Amino acid sequence: MAFFGTRGSARNRGGAAGFRFFLYALVSIVLMVLDQRLDWLERVRYGLQAVTYPVETALNSPVTAWEWIKSDFAARDALEAENQRLRTRVRDLEIRSLRLEAVEAQNAALIGLKQALPPVAERWLPADIVNIQFGGLRQRFLVDRGARNGVFRNQAVLDDYGVVGQTMHVGPWSAEVLLITDPDHDLPVQIERTGYRTIAVGTGDPGAIALPYLPANADIRVGDVLVTSGLGGVFPSGYPVARVTQVHPGAVQPLARVQAVPFAHLETDREVTLLWFRQGNPAAPLKENGGELTSGNPAIQPLPVPVPKPSAPAAVSTPAPAAAAPAQRPTGRAAVKPKPASPPSGQRKP
Amino acid sequence: MSASAGGAIFKTALIALVLTLLPLPAWLAILRPEFLVLTVLYWSIQAPYVGGIGLGWFSGLLLDAFQGPVLGEHALAVALVAYLGVHEHQRIRTKPLLQQSLIVFAVLVLYEFVLFAVDGWSGHPLTTPLRWVPTATGALLWPPMATILSRSYRPRN
Repeated sequence: MAFFGTRGSARNRGGAAGFRFFLYALVSIVLMVLDQRLDWLERVRYGLQAVTYPVETALNSPVTAWEWIKSDFAARDALEAENQRLRTRVRDLEIRSLRLEAVEAQNAALIGLKQALPPVAERWLPADIVNIQFGGLRQRFLVDRGARNGVFRNQAVLDDYGVVGQTMHVGPWSAEVLLITDPDHDLPVQIERTGYRTIAVGTGDPGAIALPYLPANADIRVGDVLVTSGLGGVFPSGYPVARVTQVHPGAVQPLARVQAVPFAHLETDREVTLLWFRQGNPAAPLKENGGELTSGNPAIQPLPVPVPKPSAPAAVSTPAPAAAAPAQRPTGRAAVKPKPASPPSGQRKP
Repeated sequence: MSASAGGAIFKTALIALVLTLLPLPAWLAILRPEFLVLTVLYWSIQAPYVGGIGLGWFSGLLLDAFQGPVLGEHALAVALVAYLGVHEHQRIRTKPLLQQSLIVFAVLVLYEFVLFAVDGWSGHPLTTPLRWVPTATGALLWPPMATILSRSYRPRN
């Protein structure tokens, strides 16, 4: 009797409103449960991304236009100064990478490899940040690369300074990036100085992540560098994450005990990098595979360390079943594999 | 209700959505009131048989599409707001604006609590006290916003 736009007695209307609300609430709850438990809503999400992307781009266009105008009118000497700075930086990085190659060669020779492994990053793709959702305390980026560019869910996202986050909902032309500072984001990290592994949790503040799961007597100091540990299946090991700025072992709030500032320039970034990594590399993220954590090709997993020389250092003979051995050090090239550069073939076995 | 009520509702809801999604600096985004929720509440009170709960639900679904961690979360919460508005519209409508904004504050707290609960149940907990700030700013914004919205269309009953 009571429907959109009908008139009845006030009591009647109230009852009908209650009934309609009940129906809508039921639909909402079903939707939430489906979105939580089942995967098929992922397709709906894909469609929604396609629809919302142009809107968000349009809404962000004033900001983009302003940035464009600003950069267009940037003074010539500012550009020259930047050019100069970048040139210095490139030279600096080149010199460092020369040194890195030397060290890698040395390392490879030390552990008896014929040649050093290829770098863990196989391919990377720059992506522009289209929209930033710092509102509501959730920390998200929208980037202008999607499934059409090969972007997949839970892909590692970095910038020039460190880990930014991972992709969540991927649309055809866009993807949502969950930042490491989002309260939803848990990142397996390692304290570089001690090798201690723990989880870094976002705080909702774009300038801080927290380490709530450290024991009170953990060896951690202000200034310690956190790197990705390679666990969790998203990030390769050894990427810089954050620097510890506060250590209060006695704080009541777990999130306040140890806080760290991300290296990534989350608040000023305009471009980020999506990363594809080589599955065969020992530094690649460990995928959970039928209850066991494995890295790389499962076929060669059981025998990870055919040490060529008996006099090899002890670290080399650490067996991999503990799932952590390849990620022991940031430059962890210690685990020797028979075919180091084997192309990723069938790693994603169900 | 004449057709212009529907038009006014559609236009104002669209503007409210834009205001909700507009990128803002972080500190301002924390203060940002829930424009779309306020708009839905206003129309639920002023024109309960035009938009009503359906308007609330679809507005919430739009919010979910843009910023919800779970589909259906905002839909449920905004539908609840609309229901409260429709159910109590005669009582709320007659009150002066300042008194209304107290009621709006209560409704917004309830709205935020639904989001808070669903966030927690679905495994995306957001426990900082900052999430409650928009309820206060929303209540403060109610008198000017209701005045502006009343210019867009004035119902005849």
